[in-house]
This record gives sequence, structure tokens and C-alpha cells, in this order.
Amino acid sequence: MLRGAVYDTLLGLHLLSAAITFVTLVMFSAWALGAPLTRSQWTVADQAWNVSGAGLLIFGVWLALYVDGYELWDGWILGALVLLVAATFFGARARTPVLAALAGGAAVTTAREAMVWHWLRTLAILGILVLMVWKPGA
Amino acid sequence: MSALAVIRPNDWELPLFVHVLAGFVLIGALFMAATYLFAARRDGSVELTRAGFRSLLIVALPALLATRFAGQWIASQEDLEDAEVTWIEVGYASTDAGLLFVIVATVAAGLAVRRAGRVAEGGGGGAGVTVAAWIVALLILLYGVVLWLMASKPT
Repeated sequence: MLRGAVYDTLLGLHLLSAAITFVTLVMFSAWALGAPLTRSQWTVADQAWNVSGAGLLIFGVWLALYVDGYELWDGWILGALVLLVAATFFGARARTPVLAALAGGAAVTTAREAMVWHWLRTLAILGILVLMVWKPGA
Repeated sequence: MSALAVIRPNDWELPLFVHVLAGFVLIGALFMAATYLFAARRDGSVELTRAGFRSLLIVALPALLATRFAGQWIASQEDLEDAEVTWIEVGYASTDAGLLFVIVATVAAGLAVRRAGRVAEGGGGGAGVTVAAWIVALLILLYGVVLWLMASKPT
């Protein structure tokens, strides 16, 4: 299999971004299930989401443009982009109630609204992972 | 860039999905444990020490085992179990050694929870929390490097 430094670097950065996405997902999931969430943890989870979202988009699109055989309009890539937009929307909706709860400065307890949006976001990210692994139509 | 780079055998997908998902959850769990344990180390909270311990025991440990076994599953599908390939050997070594370190960190955090429960409020978990927190921090660095190696697959 032929590989190149550019491809390896793009794939490495894309995978690191995906891993950082799961920092947010795991922390929010734990919180949704009743684990304590403090302001410093919120900052880590929130920044991880922002950084990973940008990384996934930039390096994912770059990979699609770089690799022969992939096109941005391939069904599995378009599907992943749509799911990423959905995950971003769900993530923004999950964020608001937590920020409101944290405004008091103390550790927060589970907020039902944030939980629902978070699980929708998690499903969207898992959907992207399925598309990235199975690559239907590729 | 060759189109060959995008072609993979069909029977890789399920074990690859499990391997990648478990690996990502492992990294997320280690970050979560680190934030709990370093916060507990700072303010001596029993609740945060317990949350760090549970992050390791309930999430990180199973995720590490799933990553390891799914990796072996992929290798067996491709008859690579005994192959002397650097990135595969690094993967096995990092998960085997990582398992030992995650167990040590989990035990240290568990002992810290017990200690913190016995001493007066604010007494903290002592050295156990510190040991667990730094082991977890090192594991995060280790698996960041391993993830890069898994992507670039050096020969």
C-alpha cells in the first residue's frame, strides 16, 4: 500500500481530532449519568468540542480533496458532513443549560434538556464513525 | 496519492469500528479521570476522587480491554498476529503496558477514596490521588503518540 507523509499527517490530525471529540462526549455522558461536573471540567469539555470540531472538518475535507478515489460529494462524505452539522447544532443546544447551571459557580446536577441534546449529538458522532469505517458506496 | 490507500478488505469493518470506538472512549475516559483526579488533588474532595476512580474502573479499563481485543481481532482476520510490523508491535505493547498502568492508577485512586473517606473532610486522598493523576496524565500522552503511529503506520 502506497502512503505518503502528507496523507499520514492529515489522517493523524483527523484521528486526533476525532479522539478529542470523545473527550467531550465521555465527559458529558458521565455527567448525564450523574457524575459531578465542575467549571474546570466544563472548560476542558467545551474547548475539546470546539477544537475537535474544527479539526474534523478541516482535515476531513482536506483528506477528501487529497486522496484519489474520494470526492467531497461522495455519499458517505456528504452524510458525514451533514451529521457533523447536526452534531454541532445538538452540541450548542446541550451547552446552553449547562452554562446556565454553572452560572451559580457550583458543581451542577443533571439537566434533562442538556441530556437529550447530548445523546442526540452522541448518536450523530457515532453515525459519522460508522460512515468513516464502512464507507458505503466507496 | 494512490487510490490503493483507500482500499481495505471488507471483513475489517466491524473489528475496526470496535477498535477505534473503544480507543476514542479510552482517551476520553483518561481525560475525564485526569480532570477529576487533579481537581481532587487540589481541593481534597472525596466526591471528585471517587469520580476519578469510577472513570478508570468503569470506563477506561473496559475501553482499554476492548481496544486491545479488537486490535487482535483485526490482526487475526488479516493473519498479522505474528507479523513483525513496528506499528502493530507498538499497539500491542502500549495496550499491554497501559493495562498495567491503568490497573495501578485505579488501585491508587481506589485506596485514595478509602483514605479520603476515613480522614476529616478536606483531608483528601493523599499520595494515592497524586500517583493516579500523574499516571493517567502520562497515559494520555502515550496514547496520543500511539494514535499518531496507528495513523502513520511506520514500517
